[in-house]
Amino acid sequence: MSLSSLSEVRERFEIVIGLEVHAQLCTRSKLFCPASAAFAGDLANVHVDEYSLGLPGTLPVPNRRVIEMAIRTGLALRGEISRRSVFARKHYFYPDLPKGYQISQYDQPIIRGGVLEITGDDGQPKRVRLNRIHIEEDAGKSIHRPGGEGSLVDYNRAGVPLLEIVSEPDIRSPEEASRYLKALRAILTALEVSDGNMQEGSFRCDANVSLRPMGETEYGTRCEIKNLNSFRFVEQALEYEVSRHAELLHEGKTVTQETRLYDSDRRQTRTMRTKEEALDYRYFPDPDLPALDVPQAWVEREAARLPEMPVAKFERYAKLGVPRDAALFLSEERELGNYFDAALQAEPELGPALAQLIMGEILRELKEDSTGIRQAKVSGPDVAKLVRARSEGTISSTQQKKLLTQLWRDGGDVNALLEGEGEQVSDSAALEPIVLRVIAENEAQAVEYRAGKHKLIGFFVGRVMKEMQGKANPKAVQDLLVSKLGGGPS
Amino acid sequence: MNALLEQSIHGLHASYLDGSRRPTDTLDECLAQIERTEALGAFVRLDQAGARRDAEAADERSKRGALRSPLDGVPIALKDNIITKGLETNAGSKILEGFVPPYDATLVTRLREAGAVIVGKTNLDEFAMGSSTEHSAYGATKNPWDPSRVPGGSSGGSAVAVAARQVYGSFGTDTGGSIRQPASLTGVYGLKPTYGRISRYGLVAYASSLDQAGPFARRLDDLAVLYLAVAGFDPKDATSHPEAVPDPNACTASGMAGLKVGLPSEYLTEGLDPEVESAVRLAAKWLEDAGAKIVPISLPHTRYALSTYYLIATAEASSNLARYDGLRYGPRAKSTDLARTIVESRHQGFGAEVKRRILLGTFVLSAGYYEAYYARAQKVRTLIRRDFEAAFQDVDLMLTPTSPVPAFELGARLSDPLAMYLADVCTLPVSLSGLPALSAPVGLSSAGLPLGAQLIAPWWQETRLFEAALVFEARTDLAQRAPPAAYAADSS
Repeated sequence: MSLSSLSEVRERFEIVIGLEVHAQLCTRSKLFCPASAAFAGDLANVHVDEYSLGLPGTLPVPNRRVIEMAIRTGLALRGEISRRSVFARKHYFYPDLPKGYQISQYDQPIIRGGVLEITGDDGQPKRVRLNRIHIEEDAGKSIHRPGGEGSLVDYNRAGVPLLEIVSEPDIRSPEEASRYLKALRAILTALEVSDGNMQEGSFRCDANVSLRPMGETEYGTRCEIKNLNSFRFVEQALEYEVSRHAELLHEGKTVTQETRLYDSDRRQTRTMRTKEEALDYRYFPDPDLPALDVPQAWVEREAARLPEMPVAKFERYAKLGVPRDAALFLSEERELGNYFDAALQAEPELGPALAQLIMGEILRELKEDSTGIRQAKVSGPDVAKLVRARSEGTISSTQQKKLLTQLWRDGGDVNALLEGEGEQVSDSAALEPIVLRVIAENEAQAVEYRAGKHKLIGFFVGRVMKEMQGKANPKAVQDLLVSKLGGGPS
Repeated sequence: MNALLEQSIHGLHASYLDGSRRPTDTLDECLAQIERTEALGAFVRLDQAGARRDAEAADERSKRGALRSPLDGVPIALKDNIITKGLETNAGSKILEGFVPPYDATLVTRLREAGAVIVGKTNLDEFAMGSSTEHSAYGATKNPWDPSRVPGGSSGGSAVAVAARQVYGSFGTDTGGSIRQPASLTGVYGLKPTYGRISRYGLVAYASSLDQAGPFARRLDDLAVLYLAVAGFDPKDATSHPEAVPDPNACTASGMAGLKVGLPSEYLTEGLDPEVESAVRLAAKWLEDAGAKIVPISLPHTRYALSTYYLIATAEASSNLARYDGLRYGPRAKSTDLARTIVESRHQGFGAEVKRRILLGTFVLSAGYYEAYYARAQKVRTLIRRDFEAAFQDVDLMLTPTSPVPAFELGARLSDPLAMYLADVCTLPVSLSGLPALSAPVGLSSAGLPLGAQLIAPWWQETRLFEAALVFEARTDLAQRAPPAAYAADSS
């Protein structure tokens, strides 16, 4: 018997996952030097200075902004802020590591513990415990040319600040892992500490996974999968790894503790190094950096600046009647959420309709343009005006769609546009002939309506609007239809 | 003997001010003297063009009456582990051959701003690891008092450049005694300020928690000018001290009246050359004559300093030297395999003493040994520091030998690393504690070799070192007496 299906695996084994996320902090300069921390695209080695290149004699000086961001993150994730933490050197030789060591934190991280709340596989809220959060510098990027043509190194990223967020092994499925990552990314972007851009490598993760028979309390042997840089790859890699462990265990074999890499083309993980090949990093406190003492005033200032967290946002949206999926999405996508909030501020009553428009038309436009919502020519409050006009019946849904498309493309004054569109027919004398004709042409539906199937009113309104090419006031059309059909909800 | 070369920095400055001298003349004199005494091997590299340009600029300022500081137009030298923009810096190692830094060390920036003329880079033990300036990939430096002997190290080149009248002052670095010991062996003044007083930005790191730059000079007023030009907070060094620097120029020998000077018994026992001991006791007598009270004290953890130092310094060195892989700068060994390239580049680039310390330090930090060695050494380091803290509750200053012996023969200790390490036994505890200390010449041995005394002050009290040393300077003109080899070419 093969154990390849995940559901079979899940009946026999408990999946245990812990995640280490590396989030790049969106500071102007690098962690320990004044060189720019910005993403430079294809331009190699433009954001470097003598420190980034590890030239002899250079020294690190911590970027204060990084410390503040770490504190903010620690507060948001309910960790303990260490009054004193220590930067340590982690040694290994690799061309993209210019000093032969990475400055990180080891036994005294800036944040200990913490909690991240996600929705568990059972649909209930679940708390994933955090082990620690620490600050470290990124390495450069090696570019291996094919055919033995040698390698190139780009040090733009070398020294860029990272937060490493380490969870406890509390995650129980690849789907939970994905939800954890989305929730974490949402928090970091809400805190404005990271842009969470996975394509540019600003948010990437190592996953530790092991299996144990149901009911067993000891953990099984784990494998670590390195450098997963999309939610999809995390899920795929974990699914592959879970099946691999399950098959091994099912066949009575043992899992070897090792570090693995995920090949997204083949959808497989493969060995990177075994436990025997594990490196001795020779951590020790960096003598160039005094212990980091966090003044209580900094903690208080960051606490006072904490923005609304995605979970709170979600609850707020849900209370407004926004459907759960949309509420979750808008609470986790910071930019869209802000856009939604701007619209909500103008029209607090119209939450569900606003959410619907953003999740529908606006997301579609965004995908087509592949631009960010921040570049949009139409603002949240403008969108609110469209939705208000629609709800009052001064424009039809077709008109709303048309106006939005126009605004999206060209921008413009939404009030003027609405006035223009407002020249729609609401005069019953003008509408009556068409209303009567539509009723006559749809006799069967009229009979059903009169028999009590009142939701058919939408059908009739739609027909009339079509006849009028959208140039009718839907409210007026509906009122007229109700009186002409008779027996309606009046 | 050339009178100009015996001038003080203040004297030079005065002659620039009244127009009787020009900085380019001074440079010419120095370059001629460097050539005359070239056999001493003090310099590894001269920057004639750069020095000429800077001296000419100083000429201009001098004419306009716009000299920037007492150092303006004064020729000086820098140990070759101090980073100089556009001027090759090797730190005595083949692994940095051809490395031309794109930036200046903070202390170099400050010296340039003061108008100092940097004549060139001086020899040192590779990466400042050594006590004789023999462990250099670029040859050994010789002692001008007896060229068959070492000048001490690792800042031997900087000490000799000053002792042999090649320049008016120089800078070295001191990790375990590398300024004080060569100053003692060559009969000049050498100051290791408090750790954090002078920026480490741009010093090729050996052991970061111990490294400290400092000046060499033939006179205390010169030493004060050099020190003051570079000391003080630097935002580029996170271990730099933020407070203002007290001015040693204001010090006088009368400052010793009523002060208590401790003589630690642990420094005056076995292994100490009797002539060194009597020189130190004579120096103590001079302080007493100046109104100080001499008291015996004890620093009980002194005997652990040597092993503690060699655990901490080598651990930090193994880390600091990890960046030399031949990939970004320095010679790269030819190999198609990445790991082999790194291994071979390091194998070919580092000398034996550096390899020895990297191996020791790598071991000390290894998993399973860290607690027993590195962590333990840090605890002992605290005990050593506390010895000083406790003693300074009672005394204002301490006096010890700088080196247990005068200059030894070239090659004498090369095959015996432990004997070489013992050369720093009097200076290591001070380094481990981060204290300021000054080595002053206080006598000559029967063989005509300089004998030095080490003054140790509490943290940030460099001025007290100057006050005591001024007493010595008033009693002996030793530092202003030229060593035999300083003018060898003239007489032969």
